[in-house]
Amino acid sequence: MNKKNIPMPNKTGYFGIFGGKFMPESTMRALEELETAYRKYKNDKDFVKELNYYLKDYVGRPTALYYAQQLSKAIKGPKIYLKREDLAHTGAHKINNTMGQAILAKRMGKKRIIAETGAGQHGVATATACALMKMECHIYMGKEDIRRQRLNVLRMKLLGAEIIPVTSGSCTLKDATNEAIRDWVTNIRHTHYIIGSIIGPHPYPMIVRDFQCIIGKESKKQIMEKEGKLPDYLIACVGAGSNSIGMFYPFHDTNVKFIGIEAAGYGIKSGKHAASLVIGELGILHGAKSYLLQDENGQVQNAHSIAPGLDYPGVGPEHAFYKKTKRAEYFAVTDKEALEGFDLLAKTEGILPALEAAHAIAGLKKIARKFKKKDVVILCLSGRGDKDVDIVAETFKLQ
Amino acid sequence: MNRIDVTFKDLRKNGKKAFIAYLTCGDPDLKTTAECIKVISDNGADIIELGVPFSDPLADGPTIQVASQRALKNNVSLAAIIKMVSKIRSKIDTPLVLMTYYNPVFHYDIRNFVQDAKKAGVDGVIIPDLPPEEASQIEMFARKLELATIYFASPTSSEQRKKIAISHSRGFIYYVSTTGVTGKRTNLPDSIKKDVKNLQKITSKPICVGFGISTPAQAKKIASFADGIIVGSAIVEKIDTAKSKREMIKSLGTFIKQMAKAVSI
Repeated sequence: MNKKNIPMPNKTGYFGIFGGKFMPESTMRALEELETAYRKYKNDKDFVKELNYYLKDYVGRPTALYYAQQLSKAIKGPKIYLKREDLAHTGAHKINNTMGQAILAKRMGKKRIIAETGAGQHGVATATACALMKMECHIYMGKEDIRRQRLNVLRMKLLGAEIIPVTSGSCTLKDATNEAIRDWVTNIRHTHYIIGSIIGPHPYPMIVRDFQCIIGKESKKQIMEKEGKLPDYLIACVGAGSNSIGMFYPFHDTNVKFIGIEAAGYGIKSGKHAASLVIGELGILHGAKSYLLQDENGQVQNAHSIAPGLDYPGVGPEHAFYKKTKRAEYFAVTDKEALEGFDLLAKTEGILPALEAAHAIAGLKKIARKFKKKDVVILCLSGRGDKDVDIVAETFKLQ
Repeated sequence: MNRIDVTFKDLRKNGKKAFIAYLTCGDPDLKTTAECIKVISDNGADIIELGVPFSDPLADGPTIQVASQRALKNNVSLAAIIKMVSKIRSKIDTPLVLMTYYNPVFHYDIRNFVQDAKKAGVDGVIIPDLPPEEASQIEMFARKLELATIYFASPTSSEQRKKIAISHSRGFIYYVSTTGVTGKRTNLPDSIKKDVKNLQKITSKPICVGFGISTPAQAKKIASFADGIIVGSAIVEKIDTAKSKREMIKSLGTFIKQMAKAVSI
């Protein structure tokens, strides 16, 4: 466990052996400027006031912590609380980070915003923040993701963002990230790149984590009010890892156990999955050292998941650190199990979860018997499922 | 003495500048790459950069991205490229520099990479996503074996970062002409001259300019003040657009000769 007095990451952006700043020289100055600005503003009274104002009155925070009694009963497991990030404006936790970064970018005098998106939730959240802050917004999105997340594509367009389809590689999140980095390298002087997860070069994994920490901070307060004690477990899905780290980090110096659920796609053995923590190897992608799906020559492999937001072959360096130090435990559930998780939450609680969050539900169901009945578990319901109804309906053969 | 250092020493003695040619290895296949290297060397390139294909080439524009994807379809690996170098080393004496992203090197094992590359006849290495701050391990092995580590300075580099790039670079310093990715550009910023001259004031190490240079006129202009120029995408295009191998060898040879001549005047 990390001692309270050791800052994570350290000055050079490392969480243990993970993280760092593996980027082209053209971006180094912008990364330094971003870190300086972030350190200046994160405790600045006006900045904090503005961010808190928008989080409360615009995003709708705090989001509810809901006791999911029917779900708890149905899986014969522990007492389950859902942290309702699906109720935040735009329908997912991504807005916590984009509001923070957009307000920061405005302070830095940047007028043009770019972002990558997989499921489209980060793209929508970025387009939303840009519309509100009157900033120019360009979203890179893989062609394959554009196809399977049509609703979010339309939302971004209606919010005034320009969508740039990415046709290289697997046409998903990894390739959209490459293309966003290329744009940033080119337009570095006046553009801010809002990375959507705890990946990328330092200081991004730290900044995104800090903005997402509101999930865990609120949960801590809310569970104390409801249960009078901290939970026994926290559980969340892990793609690149922003909702889970936002939930976990405020508890890092407690005894609360962390469980992260990755996407096993068609099954780990099929080779078509996104389980970089479960079976990835150490490597460098998108500016950071972390676990990575790669072949014997160090070429990055394409990930697969039914949940576009988990469809990424790497993972945030802080999760890699949690895995290596055994602070958190990680396992993966398949597309099929995730769909069952989706169905379970819909039928028991009347909530359609995003397919990403459905992985967390499925993971919880899978290990339900390992909990004690009196255990209290908080599950991060990272987003709502409206964007996924086409995919799910197709699978369930609904007319 | 490292071949790169010898090359610059000779060029400087004769008041000449370096023409550095890049090609993506394994595009379309490694056998062709070996032939191209010979052609490039024979037609007057002073240094050859060997691009190692990577799945996520985030500093490269469309031309080199596509070339890399083609090479990867043939399973071209760093190990196979090092092997190819060892085969052609006896045929040419031109300095060879590997240009690779960091993950293939990291995965190969840094120490083994430096040893194997040096043994095969590689003279230097350029890793666009490895800034000097992250490179202590590779430098430790590279210094011992005199494998040159070449770093970048860019128009957005602070004075302090320029100094870092200079102090860590061996062989030469790669000055990026403009912010952005690799690829041909019609217009290059006028500020390059001033930036290169400023670098030359604080170091005697050669400053070579790359990114965007594709025509003899651009090459000539930049070579008038820089110590060398680097051309990549324009060469890859010659290799990719030729209708036959014969035509490719011919057009590649003509282009290299043209560029080498532009730089030497």
